[in-house]
Amino acid sequence: MYAFDYVKPASVADAVKALSAEDAQPISGGQTLIPTLKQRLGQPSALVDLTKIADLVGIEAGSDSVLVKGATTHAAVAAHEGVMQAIPGLAKLAAHIGDPQVRNRGTIGGSVANNDPAACYPAAVLGLGATVLTDRREIAADDYFQGMFTTALEEGEIVTGVRFPIPEKSAYAKFVQPASRFALTGVYAAKLKGGVRVAVTGASESGVFRWAEAEAALASNWSPEAVETLAAPAADGMIGDIHGAPDYRAHLVKVMTKRAVAAA
Amino acid sequence: MASVSMTVNGKAVSGEVEGRTLLVEFLREGLELTGTHVGCDTSQCGACVVHVNGESVKACSVLAVAVDGADIRTIEGMAAPDGTLSVLQQAFQDHHGLQCGFCTPGMVMSAADLLQKNADPSEQEVREWLEGNICRCTGYHNIVKAILAAAATLRGEKIAAE
Repeated sequence: MYAFDYVKPASVADAVKALSAEDAQPISGGQTLIPTLKQRLGQPSALVDLTKIADLVGIEAGSDSVLVKGATTHAAVAAHEGVMQAIPGLAKLAAHIGDPQVRNRGTIGGSVANNDPAACYPAAVLGLGATVLTDRREIAADDYFQGMFTTALEEGEIVTGVRFPIPEKSAYAKFVQPASRFALTGVYAAKLKGGVRVAVTGASESGVFRWAEAEAALASNWSPEAVETLAAPAADGMIGDIHGAPDYRAHLVKVMTKRAVAAA
Repeated sequence: MASVSMTVNGKAVSGEVEGRTLLVEFLREGLELTGTHVGCDTSQCGACVVHVNGESVKACSVLAVAVDGADIRTIEGMAAPDGTLSVLQQAFQDHHGLQCGFCTPGMVMSAADLLQKNADPSEQEVREWLEGNICRCTGYHNIVKAILAAAATLRGEKIAAE
């Protein structure tokens, strides 16, 4: 790693101020950022630690939504009674991110801000139609994700939390890339008051996306059979690498959608 | 440079570190606690697992300054002061849960975290828990057996060693 200053603000306002310095960067759980810096793929002047800010840690389960604050770890989400009761699909998703040690450090805010194309949380955020909260505004999931590693966040903007609406039912099904345990393809399917949403991670070169045909089919018939009648999404634009070809990933989208619906 | 102080295996320690100093570097080079290993250094192998405030983490992916004030436990803190192995360590020996031994400190620290959360894990739960710990010798079989045996011993049951 190149040398950097370490800054430990006590409030969101102090963190925003520290991030206005040139090349300063926020760090949350650091489970992606630290390995990246070890490869010298970045050279921040300062790392601003968000995990020591009391306002950024915790979960509030309400009657119609669940708020997960930005620096809350995956392990905390997975073990939270309120999340398990209100949105069991979300708790299970968090329980299978990476491995136990990654879950003890990694945070929802870090995952959503990084927007890795194979990360699990973006599928839940988009699939549940959640709202990303920042230090300055609220951003609907449909507007937030803008492609691989790209989001609506401005320079120095901090994800303070994610507010998930409580669905009638929902689940996440992940086909694991066995070495990294990222999603080779993962699908979050949700039946909400406002309709059905199906979000896919790990498959597309454009990052997490909604599968409109599956949403339409499931809106009239919430069952794996409704998905079975559909053609898999186009392989064009799907990721192709040593772990899977584009048409393989397109096929997995359909398979994992069926599994998610069956599990919900 | 920043000064950090923390409790490591029950002892208060302090030292000067850079912002970029990793916890594993502070433990190994600063405190000469070389039982915590660096295997892959890319956060995948788990040889560097230690406990921070009771939770297992990969010490190669945590900054030392970020755990200023924390309670740290390493493999050196597992046995009793007179050298008597912990139940978990003894089970690894009894069930031959290691060959070269390089991954063992991380395996033991990871398993200790599992057993404090789940006193009676199934074989599948043990195998899933070890997803972040890579062993290239044993094929995991005897590691899993050792952890299940340690869990049984800690619950007061007895399982014969082989």
